[in-house]
Amino acid sequence: MRWLMQNSLLQILFFPEFVLLLGTIIILLFGLFFKKNNFSVVSNLSVILLISVAFLVYFNKDISFLNFDKYFSNSSFINFFQILVIFGSLSTIIISVDFYKSNNLIFFEIPILILFSTLGMLLLISSNNLMAMYLGIELQSLTLYVIAALKRDSLKSSESGLKYFVLGALSSGILLYGCSLIYGFTGHTDFNEIFIVLNSLENINLAIIFGLIFILVGLAFKVSAVPFHMWTPDVYEGAPTSVTAFFAIVPKISGVALIYRFCLEPFSILYNEWSQIIIFLSIASMLLGGIAAIRQNNIKRLLAYSSIGHVGYILIGLASFNFAGLKGAILYMLIYVFMNIAIFGILLSLKRENRYIEKIDELSGLSKSKPIFSFCIAIIMLSMAGIPPFAGFFGKFYIFISAIDAELFYLAVIGVITSVIAAYYYLKIIKIMYFDEINSSSYQLHIQTKSIFILILSMLIISLFIFYPSLFINLSSEVSNNFFRK
Amino acid sequence: MLDWPLLTVTIFLPLLGSIIILFIKENEQSSINIKLAALCTSVGTFILSCLIWFFFDPKINSYQLVEKYSWFNDFDFYYYIGVDGISLFMIILSTFLTPFCILTSWISIKKRIKEYMISFLLLETFMIGMFSSIDILLFYVFFEAVLIPMFIIIGVWGGERRIYASFKFFLYTLLGSVLMLIAIIFMYQYSGIMNIAELQGNYFPKYIQIWLWLAFFASFAVKIPMWPFHTWLPDAHVEAPTAGSVILAGVLLKMGGYGFIRFSLGMFPEASQFFLPLIFILSIVAIIYTSLVALAQTDIKKLIAYSSVAHMGIVTIGIFVVNQQGIEGAMIQMISHGIVSAALFLSVGVIYDRMHTREIKFYGGLVNKMPNYAAVFMIFTLASVGLPGTSGFIGEFLTIIGAFKYSTFLAFFASTGIILSAVYMLYLYKRIIFGSISNENLKDILDLSLREKIIMIPLVIVIFLIGIFPNIFIEPMRLSIETITLNYEMANAK
Repeated sequence: MRWLMQNSLLQILFFPEFVLLLGTIIILLFGLFFKKNNFSVVSNLSVILLISVAFLVYFNKDISFLNFDKYFSNSSFINFFQILVIFGSLSTIIISVDFYKSNNLIFFEIPILILFSTLGMLLLISSNNLMAMYLGIELQSLTLYVIAALKRDSLKSSESGLKYFVLGALSSGILLYGCSLIYGFTGHTDFNEIFIVLNSLENINLAIIFGLIFILVGLAFKVSAVPFHMWTPDVYEGAPTSVTAFFAIVPKISGVALIYRFCLEPFSILYNEWSQIIIFLSIASMLLGGIAAIRQNNIKRLLAYSSIGHVGYILIGLASFNFAGLKGAILYMLIYVFMNIAIFGILLSLKRENRYIEKIDELSGLSKSKPIFSFCIAIIMLSMAGIPPFAGFFGKFYIFISAIDAELFYLAVIGVITSVIAAYYYLKIIKIMYFDEINSSSYQLHIQTKSIFILILSMLIISLFIFYPSLFINLSSEVSNNFFRK
Repeated sequence: MLDWPLLTVTIFLPLLGSIIILFIKENEQSSINIKLAALCTSVGTFILSCLIWFFFDPKINSYQLVEKYSWFNDFDFYYYIGVDGISLFMIILSTFLTPFCILTSWISIKKRIKEYMISFLLLETFMIGMFSSIDILLFYVFFEAVLIPMFIIIGVWGGERRIYASFKFFLYTLLGSVLMLIAIIFMYQYSGIMNIAELQGNYFPKYIQIWLWLAFFASFAVKIPMWPFHTWLPDAHVEAPTAGSVILAGVLLKMGGYGFIRFSLGMFPEASQFFLPLIFILSIVAIIYTSLVALAQTDIKKLIAYSSVAHMGIVTIGIFVVNQQGIEGAMIQMISHGIVSAALFLSVGVIYDRMHTREIKFYGGLVNKMPNYAAVFMIFTLASVGLPGTSGFIGEFLTIIGAFKYSTFLAFFASTGIILSAVYMLYLYKRIIFGSISNENLKDILDLSLREKIIMIPLVIVIFLIGIFPNIFIEPMRLSIETITLNYEMANAK
């Protein structure tokens, strides 16, 4: 017994979350005490820390939190999303270093805040208890509020931070109220216990349904599904582009992972209830994501609406409630992450007349002066629009397979029609780069070797996915085995 | 059987060529290298596709030169390609026309030559890939990928309203094909099979067939295009550069007809019979209405574009009367139209390059200055009208025989199309070529250059070849067509 205690204590030291926390604190102290050039050093250290945590997550996949069994759980699904979150965070840190430097935002706190937010996400993805889930969400969100308002002397950035904070707090409140309702009527906060109680109940109490709805509202806010998306375009536009990149990539992963786990684990029995909400969220997101982006001329706002649309597609996978849906959603999420890393990687390294590109029109002429980059943007846009042979198509394809598997034909039809609508604005970007008469303007490139590497990796995955799809598809099947067995 | 993957090499040779071109740095001196590289690649591809014809055995009634490799490992999607009698000539048509597209753009394209050539070679890869796919997902991937280079060709090198036209083209055809995607997924879920060869037959109950048929119809009717889904075509044709129009009329429209034969007839025979009246009414409207519209056009390219819609109306009638002559006629008509309309667009390109206008009124009396041009243009015009001895005649004649077998009424309306086509084509010819030169600008217009002659002569030869020896072309496709008609009759006889 004593031996076991020692052993588990030793193991705690190697828990990824624990290592991340400890490492973050050490880096924070380092940043405080070494004033000189600390931004670059801190970001490099953060990247190293994140990589090592990713390895720990990967190698710890068989070990669950021994002492925290009630609060956190472990599965290949969770591990996969944790690694994806870590990958997203470290990529955004890498691709935005230059942006921070040239905007004079060299606070060493930025990587630290990102690390804390990542910690929150790791916790919430693996949470197995309403309280742990809530705390994870709050740890994630609080740091996000701060990051959104990073540029304190900019009106827009502060506005976006405040807006995000007020709405986020409201949604957290609703979510917490939902948690309390669930607790009040089932008597448990633990996911497994809730599952058992719900299965044993003959009549589901209306209050439980209310609780479920409230929690889903809170989660929908986090993944910015319509109609809880209002903050997204403003925050994306107001925040510095590097922060927008972080917002577009990382919290989406954790939010999607959580909403999937939440619906599929404790509340799987209430499928008939939550599926209606999810279907509505999905249709509304796809429609709004497709239609509202058409008139945007700020590229960040456009990407905000595009991300809303993508969330709509990902939720189709949940609404279909089958193995194919989960697999499709995982694949879609993976491709979504790479597409966003690639597009933000380009936006964060291209300058036009010494200003970073914000308006879509500023891309005109890019095809002349930086042909490779405009070619990459074109591929990313076609991939986002879901045009074969690029990866984005296969994400959508798998999602539609799941919808048809579940006989949700109308969802699939709405999905493809909105994808045509959305294709319009993706093509508009290609049109601006290639078709419009070129106004001569100079573009400058500020890109590090590390971000070039990330960029090339993402571009290869997007464009060569078709030649070896099995790599990712095996991964996503393996990961989805947790919930459905085929 | 061959021991090397001929079909794969044919598909990906243009892709390889475009990758090589990608690495040539573009400047004044190297632009000729880019053009030469593109030309060599496309000619090489054409030679390879002739090899396919050579190795194709018309006595075997199944897919030949088959290659099958695993692609997705969780579903039964394969990289599965092969040719049969129906796809063989579609492939050759694509590879035959691409070198002309590159040749005709030799001088007229001045900006972004590199991207232009890459687009055309990619387009060629996608077209060949589409026609030779047996796996439906592979087919779909190529089918939609074709949109990308075409969108760029219209949008970058097109005319004044190119952006409108390119977006209309892209979104219209995309909307059609995504509905097909849903149908494809459903077919897979229902049957667990994802290849065309096995799905040929009568796999689905009738009520499902009807929905699937409609979904595929949405895609192919836009592509071929049938009235009333044709409105993207005149815009796209008028705004596209000459070579773009050639490929658009020559090959892209045939994707619709190919799809009708392969999918609508081959997989949903009962639904096809159910929808016959719809097809015939739309085709007849297309033939008469668009012919009259063509008569009223003032732009040469628009006139030919509308004539394409009318000709495709004859093709759809030929396909859906579902008998040997009808489908053979439709196939020959598609091949013939592919060559003739391409030739007509190339001819329009010749005078457009000189005068930079396509207004019919601008021209007149060209025969005085350009006798050679007048001669080849005459051949193309008559082939389009369907004069005996030219390719157009064989297609229209067989189609009308097929239509007669089905109903006299239908044959009557199909024949009006031929009369009307003579009206608008000859009227066009008269206005452009005959008369005396009244326009000052035309006084010193030059006749065909050597390069243009090189483009025109093979087309003339092929037109006569099909017209005089149609059996060379009909023989290989006979068995494949028989299978489809037999299958259709069996399905509907019960």
